[in-house]
Amino acid sequence: MPGETRSIADLVAAARGGERRATARLLTLVEKGGPVADEVAERAWSALGGRAGDENRAHVIGLTGPPGAGKSTLVAAWTTRLVERGCRPAVLAVDPSSPLTGGAILGDRVRMAEATAAGVFIRSMATRGHAGGLALAVPGMVRVLDLAGFDPVIVETVGVGQVEVDVASTADTVLVVVTPGMGDAVQANKAGLLEVADVFAVNKSDRPDAADARRDLELMLDLSDLTGHGRSGTGTGARPSIISTAATTGVGVDELADATDAHLTALVAAGALAGRREDRWRAEVRSHLDRLLLDASRSATAGPLPVSSSPGAVARSLADGVADRLLGHQIPGGRTAGEPAEHEGGAAEGDR
Amino acid sequence: MVDSDTGRDRDSTAGALSPDDRYRTLSGIPVDRVYGDGPLPGEFPYTRGVHADMYRSRLWTMRMFAGFGTATDTNARFRELLTAGGTGLSTAFDMPTLMGRDSDHDWALGEVGRAGVAVDTVEDMVDLYAGIDLGTVSTSMTINGPAPILLAMYVVVAEESGVAREHLGGTLQNDILKEYQAQKEYVFPPRPSVRLVTDVMAFTAAEMPRWNPVSISGYHIREAGSTAAQELAFTLANGFAYVEAAVAAGMDVDDFAPRLSFFFNSHNDFFEEVGKFRAARRIWAHWMRDRYGATDERSLKLRFHTQTAGVSLTAQQPEVNIARVAIQALAGVLGGTQSLHTDSYDEALALPSEDAVRVALRTQQVIAHETGVANTADPLGGSAYVEWMTDEMERRAEEVFAHLEDLGGGSLLEGVYAGIDSGWFAGEIADAAYRYEREVNAGERIVVGVNAFTEGDNPERRRLLRIGQDTEDLQLKRLATVRQDRDDAAVAATLARVASAAAQPTVNLMPALLEAVRARATVGEVVDTLEAEFGTYVERAVV
Amino acid sequence: MDGTPLRVVLAKLGLDGHDRGLKVVARMLRDGGMEVVYLGLRQTTDSIIDAVEQEDADVVGISMLNAGHLTLGPRMVEALAAVGLDVPVVIGGIVPDEDLPAMAAAGVAGVLGPGASADEVVACVQAAADTRS
Repeated sequence: MPGETRSIADLVAAARGGERRATARLLTLVEKGGPVADEVAERAWSALGGRAGDENRAHVIGLTGPPGAGKSTLVAAWTTRLVERGCRPAVLAVDPSSPLTGGAILGDRVRMAEATAAGVFIRSMATRGHAGGLALAVPGMVRVLDLAGFDPVIVETVGVGQVEVDVASTADTVLVVVTPGMGDAVQANKAGLLEVADVFAVNKSDRPDAADARRDLELMLDLSDLTGHGRSGTGTGARPSIISTAATTGVGVDELADATDAHLTALVAAGALAGRREDRWRAEVRSHLDRLLLDASRSATAGPLPVSSSPGAVARSLADGVADRLLGHQIPGGRTAGEPAEHEGGAAEGDR
Repeated sequence: MVDSDTGRDRDSTAGALSPDDRYRTLSGIPVDRVYGDGPLPGEFPYTRGVHADMYRSRLWTMRMFAGFGTATDTNARFRELLTAGGTGLSTAFDMPTLMGRDSDHDWALGEVGRAGVAVDTVEDMVDLYAGIDLGTVSTSMTINGPAPILLAMYVVVAEESGVAREHLGGTLQNDILKEYQAQKEYVFPPRPSVRLVTDVMAFTAAEMPRWNPVSISGYHIREAGSTAAQELAFTLANGFAYVEAAVAAGMDVDDFAPRLSFFFNSHNDFFEEVGKFRAARRIWAHWMRDRYGATDERSLKLRFHTQTAGVSLTAQQPEVNIARVAIQALAGVLGGTQSLHTDSYDEALALPSEDAVRVALRTQQVIAHETGVANTADPLGGSAYVEWMTDEMERRAEEVFAHLEDLGGGSLLEGVYAGIDSGWFAGEIADAAYRYEREVNAGERIVVGVNAFTEGDNPERRRLLRIGQDTEDLQLKRLATVRQDRDDAAVAATLARVASAAAQPTVNLMPALLEAVRARATVGEVVDTLEAEFGTYVERAVV
Repeated sequence: MDGTPLRVVLAKLGLDGHDRGLKVVARMLRDGGMEVVYLGLRQTTDSIIDAVEQEDADVVGISMLNAGHLTLGPRMVEALAAVGLDVPVVIGGIVPDEDLPAMAAAGVAGVLGPGASADEVVACVQAAADTRS
């Protein structure tokens, strides 16, 4: 934010106190990556009690589905209802960046006017071209929203690609939205969403072919039960619930809110929540490592290389050098494990 | 046959000279009424024109769109236009009125009287048409969401000045479908809004035989960025949608179809436009006869008003716009338009000044009286290029109809609703708009004065029309006065009857609306009443 | 500049429904590498401020076509200042040259007229962003 002169520690304190502007600023810093983002991450981590697998954190719900399924409209109606129920929801809406220009049109917010009016915090986010980066930035941003007191935190992505599946699975509860008539259920299945979904919403259920779409889903779930096709599953041993919704009229919205709540309750009851969150923490560690390795690999291959050798041979010869770089912390952002963040003051200003 | 606007007999040759003698070129060469083969003008499918004589028996109406400030301000402009030779009135309303809000609504602040005339109650309309004989002048009202209310006010004004409703001639735009696709001046959701349209259609069919209840419009679709073929296709599709809706509401197609009118854009590519207009007539005639079973010849004849393309006007070197408008107007005339509005050269920057409006009107007069193009019907008919273009436009439009029919399971009406709900129309239009912009940016498409030939631009001050804050203050006072003077209890009673009629889909709302405006209910009050019943439309934005 | 895309909120204030220009500008900015939070039609200064705050926007772009710029432009600038948001406002659309001084005096950071090219639009928004402290 222009003119922002507060330290990250102060921003974190302000965000915890409910200041939206501070929260927004922290989100920006996390999104940018680099040492500043790392510092935010450390402080947020401590502020939240610093424990992987903590059951007391906000309920994180990942939401995805094919374009045109009416996700934003559904999220708007659903989060508005949550506010009426006394919750403080936040939505992180992810849209793809243009691979050519790096820009993006973030058009989810415009579809959620009723929710913003009700006080829901909505943050639009572009993928910025790095699927890997997304896997780092999203959990970091979710943590900021958590520390700012929002609950549930809904991460909304569009599409049924691998990226979307990955993002969705950084959540406690995965909600997949499909609509009748476009073979969405089949597409979702192909993408592997059926394996990670905990709740399905069949939106536009006022359409005549809605019953068919529901049936398709049921059949596919039956099939995967029969083949024992390792659904990482709801974690509760139960089948994913299927809710029929019609976002434009509000039908099914209460049931949806109940279903996602119920899933969290079931996870706790099954003793599975902590494990699930710990798994995600591990996945985040891997993502960080991946990032470090990626950066190391990039800088190792940046200069001139022996072009008469095979790529495999070259890579093997570079491997030691890459390891050295990692250990010697020659990469931006690399830090010895256990080294605390040192920045204090002025880190937030003039960042652009 | 009887002329729809004047009531006079069109084909009468009583007292007329032989056509050949009266119509001669500048050099004195006599000109026939039509040249070439194929179905002639006035013959099905009317590709070459809806009347045998076209402009020989009657020139197109020179209908200049006007409206700004208070009703009194606009009334003065109307009278100037009529004096200068304009032959019909066309009314532009301000944003609050277009959106069904009163001048004292929160949202109206800063917008009263700026984009058109402010009308809150029937008293404003009394002033708007003061000193103008509504029994002889035909009036067009460009309004959509709250259109039935404004029509009701017009009828009341006429009756209070002694003119019976059956004598009133004119057009109400009242084309709500294109609002969802392009212009975004809607209030209620699509289905109840279409009910309002068919209510007006039924009412005018029964009680106002000289009135065109809908002006099915492509102008705005084009201005929003569509291509010519999309303009043609979406407009006619909307037309078919209204036909289906009216039939579903119990009307016979020949009861209302003769009075359906159209409104097209006339843009820069001259032959594309001519082809588009001709294709429109041909398509409409075939569909109405073969698909919708119309048998009255008047149901098959597509009549249209044309406006030159506002979006093509440049702020840079504005005088050049005079040339653009002249050529676009010519395309409309050679395309056989029934009525024409020419834009003013300074309109890229503001509402037109008096001088600029005069030049625009004179442009039409030059075409009508100096160029000789009106001497014969469809002069471009038979040109290989024009005939090919006409066919091509028709072909492209048919593809769109097929797609919509598919979306709608066989019904154009349902297909249009589906296209609106899914944002298909808006997406197509936005894509076309963006493609055009990229072409201009890349220099692939020349816009004179903007990306080429830019010397000569003089950004000195021009005499632009300004709407002052006093307009808003005046209007607010006026509104307050009307509210004070009227019988509030009576108004409330009429609004209750509007609400009750609205709740019953088979009841025509016009009688209740007439009562309400007669009692001096405001536009906003009536709209609020309807909104409570119909709901508010929130669009699913497509970027 | 550190390569992070600029975040721009785009909206129309007031009743006007003509959004062709706004949509074209959204695409132009995206093609210029910016992230556009598209708010669309019929926004109020309050709804825009909410978005600017939550989205941590760098610039606000408002499209004005029907002479509202003299009232609504300054009003947007004031509204942002009133809540302490130092975010520049760019107005695009139909603004006659003679109104430019008044716009500048009211604190509007940039004005884009009809016919502005993609490069001009992107440059203007970038320049407005650069004016911040």
